[in-house]
Amino acid sequence: MHLQLSPQAELTDVHVDVQRTSVLRGLDLVVAAGEVLGLIGANGSGKSTLLNVLATLIPPVAGTVQVRGPVALLGHAPALYSQLTLRENLQFVARMTGRDDAVADAALATVGLAAAADRRADRCSHGMRRRADLARVFVTKPSLLLLDEVHTGLDVTSAALVDHVVDGVRRRGGACVVVSHDRDQVARLTDRVVELAAGRVAPAVVA
Amino acid sequence: MTAWRQLVEIARKDLRLEARSGEALLVTTPFGAVALLFVPLAVGTDTPLLRGIGPGLYWVVVLLFGLLVTLRTSAVDTPPQIALLRLCGVHSVVRLAGRAAASALLLLAFELLLVPVAVALYDPAPHGWPWLLVVLPLVAAGLGLLGTLAGALAQGLDGRTTLGPVLVLPLAVPLLLGATQAPAAAALGHAPWPWLLLMLTVDLIAALALLLGAPHLEEVA
Repeated sequence: MHLQLSPQAELTDVHVDVQRTSVLRGLDLVVAAGEVLGLIGANGSGKSTLLNVLATLIPPVAGTVQVRGPVALLGHAPALYSQLTLRENLQFVARMTGRDDAVADAALATVGLAAAADRRADRCSHGMRRRADLARVFVTKPSLLLLDEVHTGLDVTSAALVDHVVDGVRRRGGACVVVSHDRDQVARLTDRVVELAAGRVAPAVVA
Repeated sequence: MTAWRQLVEIARKDLRLEARSGEALLVTTPFGAVALLFVPLAVGTDTPLLRGIGPGLYWVVVLLFGLLVTLRTSAVDTPPQIALLRLCGVHSVVRLAGRAAASALLLLAFELLLVPVAVALYDPAPHGWPWLLVVLPLVAAGLGLLGTLAGALAQGLDGRTTLGPVLVLPLAVPLLLGATQAPAAAALGHAPWPWLLLMLTVDLIAALALLLGAPHLEEVA
């Protein structure tokens, strides 16, 4: 691993409330550029909320959040429009970010979906939709990639593709945060693992 | 990527989704036509009566069924899709404005498709018709904006399908008044400008509400 010192994201004393419930309570976290950080914790410990904070989708009620560069968040459910084809979905993302349509085709080819590019998303299997969602990373080229349980329900090939994407972001000098309940998987994929408990980083850190 | 390009792309995407689902034009429009057909069946072949109430009934049907067009399911973004748009740098105002533009275009098509049905069933007097060229877009824009606002406000709520119309209908009353009275005033030789101004005012207020309220509505969603 080649960790750089500059932080890709830095959270200081972050407090977040969701529907009037305190979810994150004074959380401090630094994600270094080039780092793949694993995030584990029990259900309701605030993992997904933390990813949304890192994506600047949820503002903290207190504390500071600093994130460098574009961010991509891949969650449980793919952010695809079900009645658009896979190509149209990725072209939409490309156009929204000022990129050429050709980037979409290249991204689909990279995730092995070139042959299914003209298939509507709602006529694709769960794994194909996940891969198409993953292809967004090749379109937007984020500096910070946030993955929320994306391995769930994937076959071996698709899971390997996730690993490939994570590795690609790291090689570009970006950072990844991977949320998973599978401790072995997290330990294999990441440079460092932190555990969330009661809205904070738990003192016990897995090596 | 300019905000304008993003807005156009969002509207284009929404129209493409509608083209695939057919929710607004293939499902709602026939229902609107059937509603227009039911009244002559109910009141009988009283031609003068039908001719008198025809324009008003047309606009009532446009407003009631137009709500279904603006609140169509294909115009609802899921939380992951909203997150995606935000991470692509799409401002909430741009997202909702794109949706409102698509809704306005669909409503205009909806209105135009119902015009020949209303003419065939009610045979309205042809006076003041040229003013429809102004009235139709004004109603489509106003209803599109109001429906988009209501849809965003009710997003994620269990009673979305009920709450949306409840929010929009009272605000759409000036549109109904303007749409019926402008051509009627012109037919009587009066200036229709006050009615057109009324509709334009509703459109501008709705646009302003979208501009100011979109960021808060996105937080609610």
